[in-house]
Amino acid sequence: MRLKNKDLLGLEYLDREEINLILETAKPFKELFTRSVKKVPPLRGKTVVLLFYEPSTRTRTSFELAAKRLSADVLNISASTSSVAKGESLIDTAKTLEAMKADFVVIRHSMAGAPQILARTISASIVNAGDGTHEHPTQGLLDMFTIWEKKGRLSGLKVAIVGDILHSRVARSNIWGLNKMGAKVYVVGPATLIPPRIEQMGVKIFYDLDEIIDELDVINILRIQMERQKENLFPSLREYNEIFGVTDERLKRAKKDLLVMHPGPMNRGIEISSSVAEGSRSVITEQVTNGIAVRMAVLYLLAGGDKRGMKR
Amino acid sequence: MKLVIRNGRAVDPKNKIDKKVDILIEDGKIVKIGESPKFRPGDVTRSTITIDATGKVVTPGLIDMHTHLREPGREDEETIASGTRAAAQGGFTSICCMPNTQPVVDSVSGVKFILTTASQEGIVNVYPVGSITKGRKGEELAEIGKMRIAGIVGISDDGKPVMNAQIMRRALEYAKMFNLPVISHCEDLNLSTGGVMNEGFTSTVLGLKGIPRQAEEIMVARDIALAELTGGKLHLAHITTRGSVELVRQAKKKRIKVTCETAPHYFSLSEEDVRGYDTNTKINPPLRTKDDIEALCEGLADGTIDCIVSDHAPHLDVEKDLEYNMAPFGIIGLETMVPLIITNLVGKKILNLNQAIAKMTVNPANILGLEKGALSIGSDADLTIIDLNLKKKIDNEFSSQSKNSPFIGMELKGFPVATIVGGKMVMEDGKLV
Repeated sequence: MRLKNKDLLGLEYLDREEINLILETAKPFKELFTRSVKKVPPLRGKTVVLLFYEPSTRTRTSFELAAKRLSADVLNISASTSSVAKGESLIDTAKTLEAMKADFVVIRHSMAGAPQILARTISASIVNAGDGTHEHPTQGLLDMFTIWEKKGRLSGLKVAIVGDILHSRVARSNIWGLNKMGAKVYVVGPATLIPPRIEQMGVKIFYDLDEIIDELDVINILRIQMERQKENLFPSLREYNEIFGVTDERLKRAKKDLLVMHPGPMNRGIEISSSVAEGSRSVITEQVTNGIAVRMAVLYLLAGGDKRGMKR
Repeated sequence: MKLVIRNGRAVDPKNKIDKKVDILIEDGKIVKIGESPKFRPGDVTRSTITIDATGKVVTPGLIDMHTHLREPGREDEETIASGTRAAAQGGFTSICCMPNTQPVVDSVSGVKFILTTASQEGIVNVYPVGSITKGRKGEELAEIGKMRIAGIVGISDDGKPVMNAQIMRRALEYAKMFNLPVISHCEDLNLSTGGVMNEGFTSTVLGLKGIPRQAEEIMVARDIALAELTGGKLHLAHITTRGSVELVRQAKKKRIKVTCETAPHYFSLSEEDVRGYDTNTKINPPLRTKDDIEALCEGLADGTIDCIVSDHAPHLDVEKDLEYNMAPFGIIGLETMVPLIITNLVGKKILNLNQAIAKMTVNPANILGLEKGALSIGSDADLTIIDLNLKKKIDNEFSSQSKNSPFIGMELKGFPVATIVGGKMVMEDGKLV
């Protein structure tokens, strides 16, 4: 089995089988990391461009490592150093990359839909590394991989996503993916940070975390951005912390094997307490490791690889 | 010069005509309407130009009361010359141009510039709309009376609302003296700020900031209340939601002086079409939902919505080929309006032909106080000939200087084939003369 499209633009556009394929392909790649030589040859001779219009350390380095461990050549372009700063349009940048025969363009952009524009314009495989408040599919995949690895399944699990859902591409990708895999998804946050009609995506909305904390299998805590306070979306960070912050106290009633996740970077003491972040239920650092394996799987599969090929 | 249009089906809502006639035009005026045997010898001579309209519909010259011609200031996007060519191509003999140019048409000199340029370079009638406030800043009233004397037919800060209710009140009161319609762009900027599409499930999925329907409806309600207070003549530009239609319907029942318009894209496309992030679906107000389309159709059918306008808003490819958030709002519409109305309203039996034509002839003429929009003896010979059966795929060959249309590639039925302005043929057989 192979992926159906040349691009990975969002989890909305993948089906259950494709998500399964990516997760299963990521597994052997993760096993590679325990070896002294972590590099394999499938993308030798291929060029992966990391086109980042938004500052990002975590996602960019994760993609860079993933590409390098697959033996691809990696080119980093960030908005501050490129012709973007000189006012070149996204489409012109895309055409330039096409002319340079890039095989993959991994794009991070502050505006929703930018990867779609690239995918329409050029023949390279486009991987969305986060576009505005639309999607961050590889984050969704690595979150699902982490849950799947720990729990052995996704179907039937109860997953809460807590925080600023409105501005979160991570939330949207998780919702699409988890729903397709048969998990039950709750979103929890201030009413002003819950996007309109999100229940139509197949989630339940809660404004009180304590109401559902005891039944959760997974809690995925989103970063709360300081700017949102200025937009009057909530009155103060300390009020946010009191009502939605995930603390040991709040987790007292939670299941023992609850998984605590966070896509990072964290605001300790605001959406998550330090002791929860460091606690036994936390898989936050493992998410980072899994991110590389999942991104390797995505690049490998988009290059036309299949599961059988990898095992061989 | 004499011109005779033979054998066409004349549809004139004002004079309640819908029958096969011949129309004789002399020196820019309609001089006779009737069956050809009734023409006396000498009416039609060898030098008379004959247009055979067999199987086609002949209507009063169509009026589009809401366009943006971009001149002065953005002649790269459109000019009065190119915009009027697009109008003629689209079957329009008269158009109104909004004052949001650079500089804004907020004084007599701006009005004179438009009228002078249009008379020299334009090929259809151009009626300028002046701004309500100086510089469209919403702070001080523009010289509405002086602009009226110079030739404006309405006032509007279109593209922006007048956020200050007191200033809107004064505008409605003041313009009443001149019987000038105040054309209101209904948008509460505090609610709409940063939005790029309709707020709802689709905006949530696409991760685009939404504009709630209430941003429009609150201002529709406010302006209706102010029209009631002042007795002023209110015309609501481009309404798009079920709520707006209902507010206008109620206001009309209460005999408040309010009229309104919508545009073809609002009943032809929905927020669903924003999927794919095509910036030619970025329009303000935004494309709404299927339910709103249904409400607009009901409003068009029962007369709540008086007019259909293009809201022709040219932008260059380089401006539109951007990330969705960065692209400007607006699409061109003059050359696709008639086929969209014929295909999506008349073809689907939402309006009969007479109703559809009224929304582009007698209704806008009444709102603007124009002696246009009817096939009457002695009236200006502005006429449009439409082939209801002509099917075409919209390509990107436009007479407009800009090509920002979401309808490219769509097959439509019912195109204008001739446009006659003041007895002069400006478009014939689907081509500009």
